[in-house]
Amino acid sequence: MEQFIQQVASGLASGAIYACVALALVMIFVSTDHLNFAQGEMAMFSAYLTWQFIQWGLNFWIALPVCMALSFAIGVVIERAILRPLHHQPVLSNVVVFIGLLAIFHSMAGAIWSHTIKAFESPFPKVQFAGSGYIGPHQIGMILVTVVMLLALGAFFRFTPLGLAMRAAAQNPVSARLAGVNVGWMLALGWGMAAAVGAVAGALVAPMVYLEPNMMASILLYGFAGALVGGISNPAGAVFGGFLVGVLENLVGFFGNALEKSTGFYIIGNGEKLTVALIIVITILTLKPSGLFGRVTVKRV
Amino acid sequence: MATASSVPATSTPTLPLALPAPRKTPMWVYAAIAFAALLPFIGGKTGLISNFQFLQLSLMIVYSIAVLGLILLTGFNGQISLGHGAFFAIGAYAAAILIDRWGWPYLATLPVAALFCFIAGYLFGKPALRLEGHYLALATFALAVATPQMLKYRHLEPLTNGVQGINIFKPDPPFGVPLSADQWMYLVVLSVAVLMFWFARNLLDSRIGRAMRAIRDQPLAADTMGIDQPRVKTITFGISALYVGLAGALHAIIFEFVSPDSFRFELSIAILVGAVVGGIASLPGALIGGLFVQVIEKYAEALTKKLSHAVHLPIELEPWTIYGIVLIALMYLMPNGIAGGLAKLWSRIKTTSGNKTA
Repeated sequence: MEQFIQQVASGLASGAIYACVALALVMIFVSTDHLNFAQGEMAMFSAYLTWQFIQWGLNFWIALPVCMALSFAIGVVIERAILRPLHHQPVLSNVVVFIGLLAIFHSMAGAIWSHTIKAFESPFPKVQFAGSGYIGPHQIGMILVTVVMLLALGAFFRFTPLGLAMRAAAQNPVSARLAGVNVGWMLALGWGMAAAVGAVAGALVAPMVYLEPNMMASILLYGFAGALVGGISNPAGAVFGGFLVGVLENLVGFFGNALEKSTGFYIIGNGEKLTVALIIVITILTLKPSGLFGRVTVKRV
Repeated sequence: MATASSVPATSTPTLPLALPAPRKTPMWVYAAIAFAALLPFIGGKTGLISNFQFLQLSLMIVYSIAVLGLILLTGFNGQISLGHGAFFAIGAYAAAILIDRWGWPYLATLPVAALFCFIAGYLFGKPALRLEGHYLALATFALAVATPQMLKYRHLEPLTNGVQGINIFKPDPPFGVPLSADQWMYLVVLSVAVLMFWFARNLLDSRIGRAMRAIRDQPLAADTMGIDQPRVKTITFGISALYVGLAGALHAIIFEFVSPDSFRFELSIAILVGAVVGGIASLPGALIGGLFVQVIEKYAEALTKKLSHAVHLPIELEPWTIYGIVLIALMYLMPNGIAGGLAKLWSRIKTTSGNKTA
C-alpha cells in the first residue's frame, strides 16, 4: 500500500510536467489547429538556456523568468517568421515544418552544449518533512509551481481583456477580427506563451531526467497522450489529462512489477514506457478522439 | 504525369480524374537501367568504382525504395506518416531473424519480409483509418518514437537478441559469377528497385491507383463515386509498408547488422525528408530523395564541419540542422520537391518554346 501511494505521488509529479507540455500543445492547437511536434525540443532548448544562465551565476528563480521571456520571444518569432506564411497550406506542409523545427532545435542544442549528459541542480531545498518517504521535495515543488502557473494562466484568460481577446481569436477568428481584435498577433502571443509554459516544464523536469538533447522525447509523447485524454481542444482537460497519464504511467510500471514478482511472468515494466504512451495515443484517437472533455467537432460538408 | 505535380488538398480542380493517357516509358529510362546494371562489369572490373562505392550506391537505391513507399502513401493517398521507420525496422528484423535463426537463403527472406510488413501496415492502417491529417501524423509519430523500445521487448529477445542486435553476413554471388559481394548485392538491390518502381507506376495507373488519388483530392466525391475508402486506404497503407519493409530487409542484408538503436526516430525523419525533398507525389522524386538521404547521411558531417569553419561559426553545426533548414526552406521554395520544381521548369520551357512556334 505504501508503495502504491508512493507511485501515485511520483505519478502526480511527472504528471505535472506532462500537464505543462499538454497545455502548451493545446494552446497552439486551439488557435491554429496544428499539433506542434517541436514543442518538446523547444522545451528542451529552454531548459538548456536556463542551465546556461545558472552556470553564469544566476539564481534559478531569476534564470527561470529570464528564460521564459526568452522562450516567449523565440515562440513569437517562430510563429511570425516561419509558420504565419504557411497558415493556410495543407497539413503536410505544416507537419514538415514542425519536424524541421524539431530537427533544428535538437541538433542546435547538441551543437552548442554537446550531447553529454549534464546534471541540473534541483532549485528546491532538500528538507525532511512528514511524508517525505512518499514524495521528494523536488516533486512537491514541481507540482506546486505547475499548479500556481496553471492558476495564473487560467486567471489571465478568464479575467484580463488580453486573455479574452486571445480566446476570441482562437475560437472565432473572423468575428474577433470584426470586433477589432488583432488576430494575427494573438496567435503569435499564444505561440509565445506556449513556449514559455514549455520552458517551465523543461526547467522543472531537467533535475529529474538530467539534461541532454533527447530528454523530452518521452515527455512530449506523454504530453500528447495527456492532451488527447483530456480533449485536445480543452486546456483544463489537457491539464487533467496530463496528471492522469502521469499517474497511469507509474501505475503500469508498478503493477507490471507486482505481477512479475507474484507470478514470475513479465508483461510490462519501466522499459515499455513509450509503448504505453503509444497505446494510450492510439486507443484515444480511435475510440474517442475528442477525449474526456473535448468538444466534438462536427465537420460541415 | 498529369497529377504528379500536385500536392494533397491543393490539387487543381481543372485536372480531370479520368484516365490519363497510357504512359510510355521513355527510351532513356531503359538506357539508364541498362547502364546501371552494367556498372559492376565495367566500373568494378576496371577499378573505377570501389566496393565501398557500390555499397553506397546500394544504400542509395534502398532508401529510394523506402522513400517511394512513403510517397505512395503520403503523396498519392494523402495520408501522412511520420513513423515509417517502424516498418523499415520490421522488414530488417524479419530478414535478419530468418537468415540468422533459421538459415534461410537471403533472397527468400525478401518476399517474406515484404509480406510481413504488408500485414503490419495493413493492421496499423486499420485503426489509423479513422484518423486524418494531424492525428494520423501524431499516431505514427508515437509509433516511430516507441519503435526502438518495442524492439527491445523482453519476450522478443530470443528472436531479436535484444540491445546487441543481430549480425548477418553478406552473401557471395551464386554460380561463381565473377563479382564481389558488394557488386552482387548492388545488382540484387537494383533489380528489386526496378521491379518495385515498375509496380508502383502500374499501380498508380490502375483502378486502385486512381481511387488513391481521388481520395487524396476529393474524399467526398470519391465516396459518392462508390470508392470503398477504408479498403483503399488500408491497402495503400499496407503497400506502403511493404515497400519500406522491403527496403529494410535489403538494408539489413547489405549492412550485415540490425539493432534496435539503428531504427530510431531519426530514420523516420530521414524517409520523410527524402520524400519531401524529392517530390512528395513523384516517382522519379523517390530516386532524388534516396540520393539526398544517402548523401546527407554520408557527407553531412564533413559538409557541416566545412561550412562551420567557412563562416567562422563558434560552434560546429550538425547534420540535423541541415535537415531542418532544408525541410523548412523547401516548403517555401519548392513545395513539390526537386522533382516538382524541375517538372515546373520543364513545362515553362516547353510552353515558351511552344508559343514561339505557334
